[in-house]
Amino acid sequence: MMNEKIIEALQAQFGEEGVYGIGESHGILQVTTAVENIVPMIHFLYAHPVFKFQFLTDLAGIHFPDAKGQELGVIYHLHSLENNVRLWIKAYAPIEAPTFPTITGLFATANWMEREAFDFYGIIFEGHPNLTRILNMDEMDYHPMRKEYPLEDATRHDKIDELFGR
Amino acid sequence: MSEIALVNSPNVGLDKTQKGGPYVNELSTLNLGPTHPATHGIFQNILTMDGETIVDAEQTVGYIHRAFEKIAERRPFYQITTLTDRMNYCSAPINNMGWHMTVEKLLGIEVPKRAQYMRVIMMELARLTDHIVCNSILAVDTGALTGFLYVYQWREFIYEIYEEMCGARLTTNMGRFGGMERDFTPVAIEKIQKLLKELPAALKEFEGLVMRNRIFMDRTQNVGGISAERALNYGFTGPNLRAAGVDYDVRAMNPYSSYEDFEFDVPVGTKGDTYDRFLVREEEMWQSLRIIQQAMDNLPEGAYHADAPHYYLPKKQDVYHNMEALIYHFKIVMGEIDAPVGEVYHSVEGGNGELGFHLVSDGGRTPYRLKFRRPGFIYYQAFPEMIKGTTLSDAIVTMSSMNVIAGELDT
Amino acid sequence: MSNSTVQVAEAPPGVEGAGFFATSLDSLVGLARANSLWPLPFATSCCGIEFMSTMASHYDIGRFGAERLSFSARQADVLMVMGTISKKMAPVVKQVYLQMAEPRWVLSVGACACSGGIFDTYSVLQGIDRIIPVDVYVPGCPPRPEQILDGFMQIQELAKKETTRRRNEPEYKALLASYGIE
Repeated sequence: MMNEKIIEALQAQFGEEGVYGIGESHGILQVTTAVENIVPMIHFLYAHPVFKFQFLTDLAGIHFPDAKGQELGVIYHLHSLENNVRLWIKAYAPIEAPTFPTITGLFATANWMEREAFDFYGIIFEGHPNLTRILNMDEMDYHPMRKEYPLEDATRHDKIDELFGR
Repeated sequence: MSEIALVNSPNVGLDKTQKGGPYVNELSTLNLGPTHPATHGIFQNILTMDGETIVDAEQTVGYIHRAFEKIAERRPFYQITTLTDRMNYCSAPINNMGWHMTVEKLLGIEVPKRAQYMRVIMMELARLTDHIVCNSILAVDTGALTGFLYVYQWREFIYEIYEEMCGARLTTNMGRFGGMERDFTPVAIEKIQKLLKELPAALKEFEGLVMRNRIFMDRTQNVGGISAERALNYGFTGPNLRAAGVDYDVRAMNPYSSYEDFEFDVPVGTKGDTYDRFLVREEEMWQSLRIIQQAMDNLPEGAYHADAPHYYLPKKQDVYHNMEALIYHFKIVMGEIDAPVGEVYHSVEGGNGELGFHLVSDGGRTPYRLKFRRPGFIYYQAFPEMIKGTTLSDAIVTMSSMNVIAGELDT
Repeated sequence: MSNSTVQVAEAPPGVEGAGFFATSLDSLVGLARANSLWPLPFATSCCGIEFMSTMASHYDIGRFGAERLSFSARQADVLMVMGTISKKMAPVVKQVYLQMAEPRWVLSVGACACSGGIFDTYSVLQGIDRIIPVDVYVPGCPPRPEQILDGFMQIQELAKKETTRRRNEPEYKALLASYGIE
């Protein structure tokens, strides 16, 4: 029932149209919101006297190539240690302009998490102090986790599709 | 005559240069890594140093990036277990069990009590191996090689227990969806009893050598400290966070696999420095032994796996004589079992902290998106802040005590 | 006084007399080299942990003369590459190999170093023999310490039987040239 209180508070603050896609997965509440609402919402939850979502567990990028206009998404996983409640906030942006605001001002841990999302998906986080590739080579010119790219190395010459039945 | 180049370095006493000697005050750059005897895994730190004091550190990771998350989008669920082995390879069973529990959450499989207790025993054994390595290598980095050699024998013994249970030493691929692949053999039970009887003496010996050793304490106390607020802001979990004073343990807060049946303490430090991290890991080893003892004493009878023929490989005798078992075997091995649509997150208390699996399934035979929440990646960000103003030898000891494992850092 | 449990190693063929033993310089130098190899453990991932087991007291690589691990390439004889080498790391491996002085051998431990292992991805180098010449391959994921020791013993056989100046032989020079190494 903490989840209902959270939904009520969020809808009171951001309106019904700012908080949609409400669901629950094994007790974890998930909400979807617009990109502009991310920073105010996370600040609201951080500073809330009861909820206190002051721990950022994870920040994941995701790519849905079929969702036109909303291809690239970011899932923020917040955790309130005092109340033992978790929350997923999702937001999506079009693939032509995948800009999200950064939350490194609030959570120092978001620094590398956002760099990883940029490295894998090409999501631009505005205001990030150092948005460069972190795990892949700096010279890489594409964002490998997007669905259109294959897993194997493109220059591989000895494992051809004919032999491996693909 | 003497050119004094003053650079804005906060920790330098300007008096030294102005006393009259031809001091040239410059910062030097030292490249620590990626291959270095003291880094546990390959990651690079470019240190800007003022003499022996570190002014700044710039990190480069990704030297062992193996694209686990991309591979996971192409493999059926049970083949991903072998990937999870290789994340935190010092305690592979914990990663395996965490992944199995995530998929069981998605599929809705209920694991019987005996299998849950067996999983707890294997996970605590894995935690023992991880902490044995971390603490003994911390001692090695300060120069005490003997402790490592003595305690490592017990890691070999735990490898023998793993071999009884799954056949492999290091990358165990242990367990299946729904339980374990085999019950405890008599040899495994005998070895676990022997471990419970004899490891305490070996741990006490190691502690007697290192824990109150003047040199070790001088090297590690007040070195690489971090406050609880900064640690929480950086997303620390696990022994590093508990050493800073916050008692967040996933086993206590969100119990999984029957951890709520066991009585154990969560050790917490005060200052968050290297010595506290060492002590927290040492105490966690004792608590792990306590949990294993309770689990062995109260091991319930029953099945060691759930009745989930769609996901759990049937016994070989059945496959040869029973048509349904043959069909299930074929479908499972070829990866033709479809998972339901859904999104789950499950986290376990790994050797380094909260190891989480965020699984998005679109109903196919492979995950749509699998994100590994790796504790090592997240808390290694804080390393420059922890070593600013300390000396190079302190930085080495701090890195060693944080237990950064490159497989987990880079996936 | 003979101790039957101690195995005495075979001496190389030579002429023995009162207080002297004459053999060819090659076999003597080979014997000395083989039993005092200084490895450079280039441990990157899981195979590195099995190397720690090999180094520890149970499987003890010190019995084979490799007691002193050298992390400086200039002082090492054997480059033991243990673990996955990604494309980001490949230049580092090549640089370390180039820093080693002759005679040098390369032991590729683990499936990832031999051929990329289970990681057939865009970021992993599919075997270190794409950038440096390898002498002995040890397969396994990870190989047991006994296997790593077996690979090390094969390097010892190579060291025993090689001529003292392998670097001047035309095949060796051609091999290095094929990797672009002078």
